[in-house]
Amino acid sequence: MTDQDQHDSNQDRPAGALAELTRDESSRRRFLGLAGAGGAAALSTFIAACGSDSKKQETTATAPAQRGGDIDIVNYALTLEYVEAAFYTKVVASGLFKGAQLDAIKRIGENEKEHVAALTATAKKLGGTPAPKPKTKFPLGSPSAVLKLAATVENLGAAAYLGQAAAIQSKEVLAAALSIHSVEGRHAAALNTLVGKSITPDGAFAKPASMKQVLAAVQPFIVNS
Amino acid sequence: MPTNEKLLTPELAGVEVHGVTRSSFLVRSALAAGAVYGAGAVSPFVRSAFAASGGTDAEIVNFALTLEYLEAAFYTEAAKLKLSGKVRDLAKLLRDDETQHVDALTATVKKLGGTPVAKPKFTFPIKDEKSFLKLAQVLEDTGVSAYNGAGPSITSKDVLAAAGSIVQIEARHAAAIRLMNGEPPAPVAFDAPLPAAKVKAAVKPFIMA
Repeated sequence: MTDQDQHDSNQDRPAGALAELTRDESSRRRFLGLAGAGGAAALSTFIAACGSDSKKQETTATAPAQRGGDIDIVNYALTLEYVEAAFYTKVVASGLFKGAQLDAIKRIGENEKEHVAALTATAKKLGGTPAPKPKTKFPLGSPSAVLKLAATVENLGAAAYLGQAAAIQSKEVLAAALSIHSVEGRHAAALNTLVGKSITPDGAFAKPASMKQVLAAVQPFIVNS
Repeated sequence: MPTNEKLLTPELAGVEVHGVTRSSFLVRSALAAGAVYGAGAVSPFVRSAFAASGGTDAEIVNFALTLEYLEAAFYTEAAKLKLSGKVRDLAKLLRDDETQHVDALTATVKKLGGTPVAKPKFTFPIKDEKSFLKLAQVLEDTGVSAYNGAGPSITSKDVLAAAGSIVQIEARHAAAIRLMNGEPPAPVAFDAPLPAAKVKAAVKPFIMA
């Protein structure tokens, strides 16, 4: 299965309870009551954090209501960066790579850790509670399978940032997100090159992914704590 | 050219943009900022330039259009050089992408009720594969920073989404060219922040020229 196939199948898959959470506050609460369905539970912790932040902001008279939206987006990005950083840490530790490839993977992993730190600080600066680090699991088979998975994750990450850009209210948060978005795009192109894929699989214009699509796609990598 | 500053990317100082529009002026200044402090310096310069001028979306898109004209012209020029197979293929792909960006941005300016800038004339200091790849790297890095700097000044959500879908492609180009040069595709985790005042000071001598 190519990562494009996987991406497509993720998009085609029925949304499921987890994806519903990102849309509807009442179903989010309902889901939290049911929490415990496999890998979804850890992710629900993250969404719970987002939800409570939003509520906090709504009830604070001095804070603009849209801040809750930015906090949700920053925490969503933070969770994705946690997943990416954990992935590269595990890949580096696996001993599957040596030399120049190992160095390249380490470098990308360092970038993701910096993104985690920056987004954590941003969530705090916005008056929110940073999303907790999720527990993760990744299928690490052959080096080529790992690189394919890395390419999938990076292309998804780039699409995730692109999908949120227009929804961000604060210019500072937008500037930060843009500066991370292009780095994810660089990672995606580099990994696509490594696995023999086009650097621009969507053509001259990159395609965004919605929060729903992205959360469904990362769900298999998040485990119940 | 500043006498007291060592140029970080002298390749950029060799690019000439011959045009009289505000956009070509801004692109010239952005390149100058990149020449002195590296591509990361372009982002804060562009942001402050649009923030100070209260640039409209049409102006920002015209700036992006000028930048894409520059890149498209650059890869068209590169196609005349003797390039090895892989480099030639990449140059062609990038030229086609940039040409599509030119078309899309031209349409966007019109949709916003503006007049698309005329294509400026450009001169690039490239003579072989090596000088092409070196300049391509700084141009793509600079393009990424320019878009990222302009992004927060865009008012329309649709225009911002379009700019985002283009800047990610520029970032992918930059990474691919960097790999050809044996350079890390993503050298930093974020664009280097630099005080706008410092960038403006660096750019001033170029603007006089």
